[in-house]
Amino acid sequence: MPNLAQLSAGSYNLLQGNEAIARGALEAGVQYCAAYPGTPSTEILTTFASVAREAGLHAEWSSNEKVATDAALAAAYAGLRSMTSMKNAGLNVAMDTLQHINLATLGDQGGAMVVVVADDPQSHASGDEEDTRWVAQMANAPLLEPSNFQEAYEMTKYLFDLSEEFRIFCWLRDYTRLAHARGRVQVGEYKKVKKTARYDSSKCFTPYIAPPKHAALVEKMAKIKDRFEESRFNSYEGPENPELLIIASGSGVPSSRDAIEELGLGSQVGLLKLGTLWPFPSSLVLSHVAKAKRVLVVEEVDPFVETHTKEAVADARLTNCPEILGKGSGHMSYVGENNPDRVIAPLSRLFGTDYRARDPKYQEKLDATIGKMVVSRGLIWCPGCPHRASFYAIGNAIKRDGRHAIVSSDIGCYTLDAFPEGTQITSVLHCMGGGAGEACGFGQLEQFGLDQPVIGICGDSTFFHASIPALINAVYNKSDMTLIILDNSITAMTGFQPHASSGQTATREVTNTIDMEALCRTLGCRVEVKDPFDTKATSACLQELLKDKGGVKVLILRHKCELLRMREERRHPYKVWVDTEKCRGDKCGFCYRVLRCPGIRYDKETGKARIEEALCAECGLCADLCPSKAIMKEERA
Amino acid sequence: MAISADPLNMIICGVGGQGNILLSGMLGSAYIKKGYYATIGETFGAAQRGGAVFSAVRVSQKREYGPLIPEGKAHLIVGLEPLETLRLAHKYANPQTVCISNVYPVTPAGVAANREKYPDVDEAKEALADVCAQTWFLDATSIALDLGAPIAMNIVMVGALLGTGQLSLTEEDIKAELRESLPPDRLELNFEALSRGMKTVA
Repeated sequence: MPNLAQLSAGSYNLLQGNEAIARGALEAGVQYCAAYPGTPSTEILTTFASVAREAGLHAEWSSNEKVATDAALAAAYAGLRSMTSMKNAGLNVAMDTLQHINLATLGDQGGAMVVVVADDPQSHASGDEEDTRWVAQMANAPLLEPSNFQEAYEMTKYLFDLSEEFRIFCWLRDYTRLAHARGRVQVGEYKKVKKTARYDSSKCFTPYIAPPKHAALVEKMAKIKDRFEESRFNSYEGPENPELLIIASGSGVPSSRDAIEELGLGSQVGLLKLGTLWPFPSSLVLSHVAKAKRVLVVEEVDPFVETHTKEAVADARLTNCPEILGKGSGHMSYVGENNPDRVIAPLSRLFGTDYRARDPKYQEKLDATIGKMVVSRGLIWCPGCPHRASFYAIGNAIKRDGRHAIVSSDIGCYTLDAFPEGTQITSVLHCMGGGAGEACGFGQLEQFGLDQPVIGICGDSTFFHASIPALINAVYNKSDMTLIILDNSITAMTGFQPHASSGQTATREVTNTIDMEALCRTLGCRVEVKDPFDTKATSACLQELLKDKGGVKVLILRHKCELLRMREERRHPYKVWVDTEKCRGDKCGFCYRVLRCPGIRYDKETGKARIEEALCAECGLCADLCPSKAIMKEERA
Repeated sequence: MAISADPLNMIICGVGGQGNILLSGMLGSAYIKKGYYATIGETFGAAQRGGAVFSAVRVSQKREYGPLIPEGKAHLIVGLEPLETLRLAHKYANPQTVCISNVYPVTPAGVAANREKYPDVDEAKEALADVCAQTWFLDATSIALDLGAPIAMNIVMVGALLGTGQLSLTEEDIKAELRESLPPDRLELNFEALSRGMKTVA
């Protein structure tokens, strides 16, 4: 990753969308940045953290998005420029604060606040395809959606100025194909900012009492709408009176451009790129719609632009109004992400071109040969991952207990248990904190006849994020449940961010460590701690906890993430090999069928298990558990 | 040297942990230094090792292209793992596509469990040669293992890719990128990996 504070003014750089946003914020003078990791937004704060010292920034991994938002708001109140960034699901956590800010304003110290929300169309790394743009409308926040890397950078800078001028927070919509894509960005000048924080405590900034403040906000938004009608972030390319006008935002812009070029429709199809989405620049849109024969709206995920375009057309009572096509008409899909093919298909339908990506005969050959060879590659825990040991032990305890325990799990690498290659003991899976919260609820249903033991699962970072209130509720309202905290000492899934019990901050400074064990004890829980690689002891302990009717139990399964351990220690703990004499191959298959570790596989030549040298972490789990004692391990000196 | 098509559409595919992202970044950055537009779309989703990962790299002198390549429109497919080469060729290849692939398999879970069958690598090579205009195959993983650093497999592949002459980039361009992205004590090993890759194909 390039050092974002050291790019020279005017230079062209290959930047990830998230890096472009961070560079824009740096140039705009951001001083306070707070976030909770969440794909695809994580790299924004990672970038700030990596330059925090030289740039004089505060960059922190907060315990959740709500806390991060509150903290960034405080910095703006104190006259600084602040940013918080989050994934789509994180927005749901931060909503309470965001909904209030613009009623209360950002105070009178000249501060500014930009919120970046990274959506994840196609759910590459999310539980849903939530389109967060509606929320900007709901929160009365000006919303910009970049269509490329340069815009991501420029819009971020612009939004800080807009935020300061109108004293409201502004919203940048990020999304996977921008956040996790890279492209060319010409950067401007960056100068370190040393603004002093101050706050006039004689004032009180609050949304209370809302109606007059709401009225003032509505007026501000009307002014910003006028600004957006003329914005440089909206532009048109194509013929004066197009047969088809595409109105596109975000990833819809490059997809549409590529599709128009692919089909050679440049003289017939125009493209109106919208960057300012809320307040919606309805006059601008109408002026283009009026010149077109038909209109197609291309955006990701919901029909946000499409709905507002239709609203604008209805309000204007256009005579000879062209047809507005898009998701509503079935030309575009409500589901999934954009790509050129997604626009090529409706365009070729509308223009009657017989577009085929490939010659049908060639396609047939591809399907018959290569297509038949391809097999799936499911997501699975890394070799040496402690979750493999944990879920094996938990599964065993549930089996021995025999009462069909309910397992409500959470968001982290352990989510993979519910995926096809997992052990699939997970019975409920929603969101951050959901594991503990749903376990709390199931644990109160005995009075209605539910006679299964209840297990909630969360990770260490998830515990601090949203599980603690659920645990408090479980103790307070007398739920009978066991919370298993899979403590691998890091926020692993998003790329190894430290958290409240890691002992270091986002900028790698040593800090206070929250003792989760002591915290759970203080709440009144029975707490046990085990190393999941000791599967027998873990399993026995959990079986006993499931029988304990004494209230809320907590089992901490503590073992460092293997990727992190390997980074630190740079050596395998054991030497591991298969004794092919003893291995019973497919008659058993325990290591490759039950443990499903990528480090070991069925070898069709010998008919036995075989260590995959390039992958095996030599953690020794398969050696400990092999029913035939055919896998050997030896401690490395 | 000019790029062989404009836009030049490249697919770089493999599995998590193979250094796909570093590789696509080096190529993108090298092209930008030469004044091209370069866009890279990356599909990696959840960060776990073992999942399929691919990058689309699009290079142009005309304008900035989007991060995703239309189906069937790849000019060059670089496979770090043979099954992934097949997967991406199925989606993006056309009769003019050239393809270079590592032949060392990374076993998917379904195959490791003996539920599914990994394609026969010789048959895969034959099928790829049949649908592509030109193909190169090498065991880049074994070369990297031989160098004592399986992680350098991606650099062996860049070397091989340079060797094919398909890139319009020079060895020095790639070395400059390596100097920017790697700590100095890793350079010698990676330069060696690069050179071994080049020799394999040249």
